[in-house]
Amino acid sequence: MSSQAPVTQSSVPPLNDYARIVGQPEIDELWTLAKSLQNRTVKMVNSTAVGGGVAEILNRAVPLFQEVGLPTQWDVITGGDVFFSVTKAFHNALHGMTYEDRADWFDVFLATNEDNRRRMKFDEDFVVIHDPQPLPLVKARTEKSNHWIWRCHIDLSQPNERVWEFLRPFVERFDISMFSSAAFTHSLGIPQYLVAPTIDPLADKNRELEPEFVSSVLDKFGIDANRPIVSQISRFDRLKDPLGVIQAYKMVKKYRDCQLVLAGGGASDDPEGSVVYAEVLEAAKGDNDIFLLNLPPWSHLEINALQRASTIVVQKSLKEGFGLTVTEALWKKKPVVASAVGGIFRQVFHKITGMLVHSVEGCAYQIRYLLSNPAFAEKLGEAGHDHVKENFLITHTLKNYLLLFWLLERNRQ
Amino acid sequence: MKQAKAPFQFIAASYLICIGHDRPTTLRGLSRSITEVSEASIFCHTFHSLSMHHYTSYSSDFAQWAMAACNEQELAERLGGIDVRQFVSIEDLRSALVHTIESYLRSQPRSSDRPAFEPFFFSETREIALPLDLRASNLAELAEGIRRLSLHSLHFHFVNSRLRLHLRTNDFSHWIAQELDFPELAARIDRVDFYTNTLQGVREGILECIQPWIGQ
Repeated sequence: MSSQAPVTQSSVPPLNDYARIVGQPEIDELWTLAKSLQNRTVKMVNSTAVGGGVAEILNRAVPLFQEVGLPTQWDVITGGDVFFSVTKAFHNALHGMTYEDRADWFDVFLATNEDNRRRMKFDEDFVVIHDPQPLPLVKARTEKSNHWIWRCHIDLSQPNERVWEFLRPFVERFDISMFSSAAFTHSLGIPQYLVAPTIDPLADKNRELEPEFVSSVLDKFGIDANRPIVSQISRFDRLKDPLGVIQAYKMVKKYRDCQLVLAGGGASDDPEGSVVYAEVLEAAKGDNDIFLLNLPPWSHLEINALQRASTIVVQKSLKEGFGLTVTEALWKKKPVVASAVGGIFRQVFHKITGMLVHSVEGCAYQIRYLLSNPAFAEKLGEAGHDHVKENFLITHTLKNYLLLFWLLERNRQ
Repeated sequence: MKQAKAPFQFIAASYLICIGHDRPTTLRGLSRSITEVSEASIFCHTFHSLSMHHYTSYSSDFAQWAMAACNEQELAERLGGIDVRQFVSIEDLRSALVHTIESYLRSQPRSSDRPAFEPFFFSETREIALPLDLRASNLAELAEGIRRLSLHSLHFHFVNSRLRLHLRTNDFSHWIAQELDFPELAARIDRVDFYTNTLQGVREGILECIQPWIGQ
């Protein structure tokens, strides 16, 4: 039922390679910390091996855990279409979107998790469950056996009460929880830690690219490199508001020439993607300057090239757990126009590391402003890059987990 | 080169933020919460935030919130002006914060209960300090160690040390004065301004102070 995620360790650079980015002292201190936790075992569990920020982080972080001496296994729960329709409905409901209760949904959710639980073992020293989909696996926990951590990546600030109250008892069986923003936390009976997700600066999605490669990607998709490019890189998901981005682009287009790139793919745990893509296709019909790119999940280099080629990167989400696409754009020194929602607040300081907006109109205005003021746009990009370097790189993920493991062990002694 | 009797032990310091349940939405609520929260919480929003503030107007979270969420610019300036270097105990710092807010609210009573744009999320800092395989017995080794510290660990030795030592000094100056008997150098290092510098700038400032003394 559950499956082991296909991490390819050889594709991840060794930890010491990150020294040239974050500095040797940071790496030395990571090794010191890891030494105090040698041979502790870790299990990571989530609901998809491909697509979305969580899978990306785990793909990079798991090999690093192994390298510093903590054998780590990443398992992915499995379920049928109905299960993932339920979890998507829960996902939307927890973000405060419309939720229509169906009598059997809680049963489907519990039964699929129970099937997974029966087939999985949880013998590791630390078990980290990511997001709500696999929450009931915590039933496998025996009293004081090992340490269980719930890592919540989503915006829980205004959840549908019925869904949240159903899930909360599972959350409270963990030792601790991790959230991307203080605003997402609730009054829980377990400690809640503030931990940001991160990107890997050496991954194909973020590493430096040859200008020739960037040009070739634009050529491949028919995008004009000599005209401004506004892009949003995101799954085709209503919460990412791709239709709002098209509206904003159309407002900008009345004043400034530009092209719009909406690029993304699907995640295996998101059954709504194709429906939303069809809606976006309809909204973009007849405009040859809008490029809709439904890319397969392995298109990291293409995504990287599209971000690097962009004049402005937009993230007009209606809700956002953290917004790693914002992090990626900031890392590439791009001026970002992003919604003032969720974890984006931690990344974009208005007029310092990017522009925060609250509406389609605001989004259009700030795009126009940045197109008219390239020197200011460049300054935002520089500050954004430094902010990511200090706070949101994969070495921080490794460090934060090691610190939490260390604390959990100490507190039990 | 003068050798110390007891070596300087460098520490790798790291911090986690644990989010609390206190989340006031008015200045009156903020003042009340400041009197009640743990010392780790006051530390988190003053000493710790000092190492993270390059992109906000104030290093104090309280000052930043007064400005950004309450639009109380004058109070923000007053809170931002509280210099943590003057405090060797969190309780004294707590009193200064409460006094500043209360005296402001006495002059601006309508500001007391005006709802902020967003709550203030009280949090606590959890410090994890592990000894590094790095010690210094003279000034040259101390300088080399300072070069090899992460910024958080530098903050631990240079800023947070005030609370640990209960002295208006830092770990480096304390060791230089006690072990090497160079009080003038110790005082000079302690004057490096961590308020107006980045931590990287602080590191360079300390190294500049030490450099001429190496060899003595």
